Amino acid sequence: MTTNPSYAPERDTSEGKVFTVTGGDWDTVVGAADPVSDERLIVNMGPQHPSTHGVLRLILELEGETVREMRSVVGYLHTGIEKNIEYRNWVQGTTFVTRMDYLSPIFNETAYSLAVEKLLGIEDEITERATTIRVLMMELNRISSHLVWLATTGMELGAISIMLYGFREREYILEIFEMISGLRMNMAYVRPGGVAQDVPDSAVAKIREFLKVMPKRLKEYEDLLSGQPIWIERTQGVAVLDVTGCISLGVTGPVLRSAGLPWDLRKTMPYCGYENYEFDVPTSTDADVWGRYQVRLAEIRESLKIIEQALERLRPGPIMVADKKIAWPAQLAIGVDGLGNSLEHVAKIMGQSMESLIHHFKLVTEGFRVPPGQVYVAIEGPRGELGAHAVSDGGTRPYRVHFREPSFVNLQALPAMAEGGLIADVIAGGASLDPVMGGCDR
Amino acid sequence: MVTTSPDKDPVTNQTPSQPGAKPGGGVPVQATPAGAHTGAPAELPPSSVAGRGMFGIQGSGDTSGFGGLVRRRVGAGGSERPYGSYFDEVYDALEEAFPGLDDAIEKVVVDRGELTLHVKAERIAEVARTMRDDESLRFELCSSVSGVDYLGADERRLHVTYHLASMTYRRRVRLEVAVGTDDPRVPTVTQVYPTADWQERETYDMFGVVFEGHPGLTRILMPDDWEGYPQRKDYPLGGVPVEYKGAEIPPPDRRRSYQ
Repeated sequence: MTTNPSYAPERDTSEGKVFTVTGGDWDTVVGAADPVSDERLIVNMGPQHPSTHGVLRLILELEGETVREMRSVVGYLHTGIEKNIEYRNWVQGTTFVTRMDYLSPIFNETAYSLAVEKLLGIEDEITERATTIRVLMMELNRISSHLVWLATTGMELGAISIMLYGFREREYILEIFEMISGLRMNMAYVRPGGVAQDVPDSAVAKIREFLKVMPKRLKEYEDLLSGQPIWIERTQGVAVLDVTGCISLGVTGPVLRSAGLPWDLRKTMPYCGYENYEFDVPTSTDADVWGRYQVRLAEIRESLKIIEQALERLRPGPIMVADKKIAWPAQLAIGVDGLGNSLEHVAKIMGQSMESLIHHFKLVTEGFRVPPGQVYVAIEGPRGELGAHAVSDGGTRPYRVHFREPSFVNLQALPAMAEGGLIADVIAGGASLDPVMGGCDR
Repeated sequence: MVTTSPDKDPVTNQTPSQPGAKPGGGVPVQATPAGAHTGAPAELPPSSVAGRGMFGIQGSGDTSGFGGLVRRRVGAGGSERPYGSYFDEVYDALEEAFPGLDDAIEKVVVDRGELTLHVKAERIAEVARTMRDDESLRFELCSSVSGVDYLGADERRLHVTYHLASMTYRRRVRLEVAVGTDDPRVPTVTQVYPTADWQERETYDMFGVVFEGHPGLTRILMPDDWEGYPQRKDYPLGGVPVEYKGAEIPPPDRRRSYQ
């Protein structure tokens, strides 16, 4: 080692070598130490790093650019949703769970509602139209969630244009959501017993329009990315996790399917009548980021198929259970100031029927009682198995609701994917898991 | 909601027949009617920790009488054979693969089309291993691990539930263990299901269940220096009264609300 002592003197301390840089040639300074050979560098990535999907913190132990060890730290977005639900009634729980994984609100609501319905023992009484609307909304939501995945992952790997296009098409879906539920996100639309509001004809027309537009747009995405050398380099053979690794770490959803196991709860343990829809479960055997990209794009196509079938099955009918002790006693309508009670209903309970008013008051303030017991309901969310474990003690409030959040469980797999790889691939691997910290931390 | 000390059960300590008991602000307590059958709405256990009253608070001078309402808690009894569905098959297979199963299982509950095996806490890891490895069981995936605090309903109030899924046979089973707050130790299942790692950490974080043998049992969602276990039912909610337009809104656990 030849260094000009007047430029960069070095001394050994208990913490390692310390250099005092006073100027001179940068190459001389850098040449004085060889970080690759003997030094391990701890890098704290996040929780405010733009490519960690929210507030995920990664602690990386690096040797040069190679990640030797990695630990993830979560909990920065913990909002105590599961605790909060215990102090609200069963219907109000919907407004909480919808805010967990903010990219898949309809799935959270559906899992929760299915659990409450199972506790009540009214699964058979859910009307066909309500179930079809749920399927329709879930598949639209799956597409919007996958689009955000495509957009953010593209951005993180340097493809800015796909970010713009992904969010553009997602906006289209959010507009549909707004037409149906009155809200773009966190809709609290799926309720125990059915859905909050019927699908207007204008929304059906808009969905049909979307079905026409989307396949062309998907083709555009593939034209943009699939042949692009940088995209291929950054995704193929990166962050590999095989089926054994996935199952032992509890990873489900597109990541598991990209490893080759066609495990999709819509097919394997059907709910909401998915057994009556025709669609395929796309898989890949690459088990890498590329495979997950392919699987997600294919899943968008399958979701489009399901939406088309759901639209055909949409027959007029009730959207809530007939049981007036459970159905929310409101006829919601979209007014000039947003979604609210219809004026006719308000006129009726306020002016004509004292019993209606009492009933409304009791059900809204006190809620309905749910027989004691516990159930676990799992559905296929965009990120994997989304499970709701609901416990009732017979009261009007949930005794305990726990969500098996795929984001939370899947994130455990990140060290297995990242260790031994390059630091740049940590970003690609993490993005390919599609974690949403709102869901992970709840 | 009434805050109670962790080990004192407000319901069992004060039964309606005790002469000295004064729940509900001195309002006479309803006696259990002769010949009453369980399952009627009024007899279902309420959400309130105290198991008493309709409005969640006490000592408010409530004269309606509903504040003194005491409801009996109905514990889930074990189910008898045949369990129905695939449950008998699963139990038989487990019995064959796990010698001395009767020792390890406390009760079997079949409810709402779901099978729950209540396992002795110290045997959970062995049972889980058999559930995963046996040819005719093959519960490869541990979907979820979480806790429930049955304060007032069970002496061993902290329950841990494991939701297992068999991908081969497309079945689900719930394992459940119960421990008390004085010695809340459960063997870890991370050696069988590595995915339980974070989920056990979350259960420890929220309920204070100590998973023995866990590779790094630290808090995961709450800050490292947090005191107490927030999801326990006797965890104080805290808060201060807030004045809004002249009216005082009490903190959440002192608020009057239907239960």
